[in-house]
Amino acid sequence: MLRSIAIRDLGCLGYAEALQAQHEIEAELKQGRGQDHLLFVEHPHVVTIGRNGQEDNILTSVAFLEQQGVEVHETDRGGDVTYHGPGQVVGYPVMDLRTWKRDVGAYVRGIEQVLIDTLEEFGIPSRRIQGLTGVWTGEGDDAAKIAAIGVHLSRWVSTHGWALNVATDLKYFGYIVPCGLNRPVTSMERLGVRAGMDEVKAALSRHFLRVFEFTEILND
Amino acid sequence: MTDVVMPQMGESIVEGTLTRWLKKAGDAVVRDEPLFEISTDKVDTEIPAPISGILAEILVTEGNTVAVNSIVARIAAEGAAPAAAPAAAAPAPVAAAPVAAAPVAAAPAVTASVEYAGPLSPLVRKIARENNVDLTKITGTGAGGRITKDDVEGYLKGAAPVAAAPVAAAPIAAAKPAAPVSASPVSAPAVSSPAPTAKTRVEPMSNMRIKIAEHMVMSKRVSAHVTTVHRVDMTKVAKARAKNKDEFAARHGMSLTFLPFVARAAAEALRHFPLVNASIDGNNVIFHNEVNIGIAVALDGGLIVPVIRNADEKNVVGLQRSIVDLAARARARQLKPDEIQGGTFSITNFGSFGSVFATPVINQPQVAILGVGTVEKVAAVVDDGIAIRSQCYLALTFDHRLIDGALGDQFTGKVKSILENWSEEVL
Repeated sequence: MLRSIAIRDLGCLGYAEALQAQHEIEAELKQGRGQDHLLFVEHPHVVTIGRNGQEDNILTSVAFLEQQGVEVHETDRGGDVTYHGPGQVVGYPVMDLRTWKRDVGAYVRGIEQVLIDTLEEFGIPSRRIQGLTGVWTGEGDDAAKIAAIGVHLSRWVSTHGWALNVATDLKYFGYIVPCGLNRPVTSMERLGVRAGMDEVKAALSRHFLRVFEFTEILND
Repeated sequence: MTDVVMPQMGESIVEGTLTRWLKKAGDAVVRDEPLFEISTDKVDTEIPAPISGILAEILVTEGNTVAVNSIVARIAAEGAAPAAAPAAAAPAPVAAAPVAAAPVAAAPAVTASVEYAGPLSPLVRKIARENNVDLTKITGTGAGGRITKDDVEGYLKGAAPVAAAPVAAAPIAAAKPAAPVSASPVSAPAVSSPAPTAKTRVEPMSNMRIKIAEHMVMSKRVSAHVTTVHRVDMTKVAKARAKNKDEFAARHGMSLTFLPFVARAAAEALRHFPLVNASIDGNNVIFHNEVNIGIAVALDGGLIVPVIRNADEKNVVGLQRSIVDLAARARARQLKPDEIQGGTFSITNFGSFGSVFATPVINQPQVAILGVGTVEKVAAVVDDGIAIRSQCYLALTFDHRLIDGALGDQFTGKVKSILENWSEEVL
């Protein structure tokens, strides 16, 4: 079966604007006349709180974060609190899962696979940890999260997605307890890999196409 | 009646958490309209209504995890509305709660951000708490009358201190004695503070500040604090320090202070008086076999008490090294969790800020804390002559539930005696 996807790089874009872009595509997909998309974006500093978020996982006050130039946003994705900012490749697949698999678990495992395969291309071994959605590097006490995942589904149309730390300034994670877990975060740069953002996006796109069985890319 | 079930979301998914109802019992719903949200494995999913009608019964409340195919609600077909009405009234706790809570919450209005009974998002709750907002005064514009971030911010901008003031004045003071003793320390002072005006500035406390506030008030409530003060002649220690400090700095790369001498003497005295190195658990006394001394470290906007483990096994060099290392890492926020736990006694060195003596608060669940005043040269009477001596005050705050005055003074006297007769080689 032929399945196509449009891949768009929105560049540096605010969280609310990126959400708006996703919602427009989502609305069309729900009306059955849309096109599956993979959006790439790099956000300015923002802390987002998912539906399951615990306010205690923001370690400072909202006012303090805003003084530091960090926006605080509530959002409808799964997961707890996370941070987005420069140096992070955020991927938002907005797609109708009914044309792939009606399976939440398979979708999340698929995104993890895209990230793991991409990191491997850059020489970084990474893995899943059972029960802790996301992608992790290192073993035992050195285990650190390199990519976070949070998804929203409405009538099997996905929004939100993943955030991969390429050269993220990790100090910002110090203001929160990422995903409510007291575990360290890391980045490709921290692991000694200097990769260009475009290079990483190209690898992610390639693996995304393969894992989610798309056969062609539409450029719009 | 049509059952609404937790849907099958994939092969490996056996259950999900119902995170949010988008409709209230009694609401009309339209087929395919989002009815509730579930959360599974970092994925939040909106679940649409299977048919149109009236949401008659909500069987699973927000926050509960249920197995796939469990019935979470019932929808009555539109024609059946009258029959559904009593049903809707009975199980409507979800819808009824916020309404019923409002008048009750209005009385202790000042702390109501905590008591607001309606559903709130974590962000809204956090902002409300940080700004001490009475949520019962805000009309929500979100789904189902829910209060959103914009509502709270709008309220804060047009903040209605005028409306709040009369409420905060008399009735609260009258109601205060009835408030439980366990009232949050953070909200307690807020009761008596004036409503914000142009002459004040409201700033939320940091999490650390809130934790410290809670801990201090808790300690004062739990322990019977008594402070005893002993004057200590530090001349011998000052001489030992003066003699060794250059070589100490050269050899160990850090300066030698008075604090490790006091810690050394305290560790020794704790070995002699195990009751001072104990805790209370109900009607039992817990004696700690290890002497783990916490050292209070001042931080920007707060303090932390990292712990020197087995302090009685360390000499002055080892203690000084631990103190420097823990303090440096405390200021860099790099302490590991187990380095701030397990203390059995604490020392606070307010002398470094010039204080002569103070009455420290016990670091729970410990039963004593030693405060070290500044060491200074004074004219002292020695053998009926006047001599220049180095002197400081040691203040021991102890928990009178466990330690009587005699023991408190014996312990402090022991510390004093070790310091005054200092004989141990430093290097």
